[in-house]
Amino acid sequence: MESLINLGVFVFLLALGYLAGHAAEKKHYASIIAREKETLNLPAVTIRHVEDEEMVESAWLVSGSVCVGLDYFKMVLANLRKIFGGRVGAYETLVDRARREATLRMKKQAAGADIVLNTRYETSSIGQNAGGKNAVGAVEVLAYGTAVIYKK
Amino acid sequence: MILTNLENVPGKKTVEHFGLVSGSTVRAKHIGKDIAAGLKNIVGGELRGYTELLQEARHESVGRMMKEAERMGANAVVNIRFATSSVTQGASELFIYGTAVRVE
Repeated sequence: MESLINLGVFVFLLALGYLAGHAAEKKHYASIIAREKETLNLPAVTIRHVEDEEMVESAWLVSGSVCVGLDYFKMVLANLRKIFGGRVGAYETLVDRARREATLRMKKQAAGADIVLNTRYETSSIGQNAGGKNAVGAVEVLAYGTAVIYKK
Repeated sequence: MILTNLENVPGKKTVEHFGLVSGSTVRAKHIGKDIAAGLKNIVGGELRGYTELLQEARHESVGRMMKEAERMGANAVVNIRFATSSVTQGASELFIYGTAVRVE
């Protein structure tokens, strides 16, 4: 009887994770794509050389960070994947979402600038302890760079 | 104070170098946030508590670095880098470093 309840809870969490996680991801991607279109006029590049320094009016550091977690369904899926090896799609979309969101937040700080130079990313897994057990399946991404305004 | 992660402050001439400056802070999340994050992990999505915590901590690191640069007499920090590491269970270190300079 007890194992039946346990199984029920597991299936419930799995279903909840799948439905809620899928909806949240879809919504997040829609919002990311919409905001990326809005910020197309502010490119973020990895170039660190300024062509004509005389033309620069001001420069300042900008950064954006986000911490995104996996849902239960994907966590189970990823754990299964760890047995057989290969591509872990669940984590791929997670990291992709986090990076794009961090870039957008960085661009938000750079509002009014012409370009963001020397963009860099920092990724760290949250809850991944030295002990090994992953308490929370989440990643934190930090994007940073130098926003530059050119003289008109 | 001007902060950039380029090699210099574009458009301004560097007149003096002061060397490396850094700031760091180690933060632990409180258990309530951990429980909230655990629940959030069922449905997935952004863990706002963690995002804010880390942003706050990073802000403090930047502040410490700026204070150090100020003490040296610098008015800008260039070539800034961020680093994050988890030192122990449930705590992470947010480290920021750069070169303190004086620009015109």
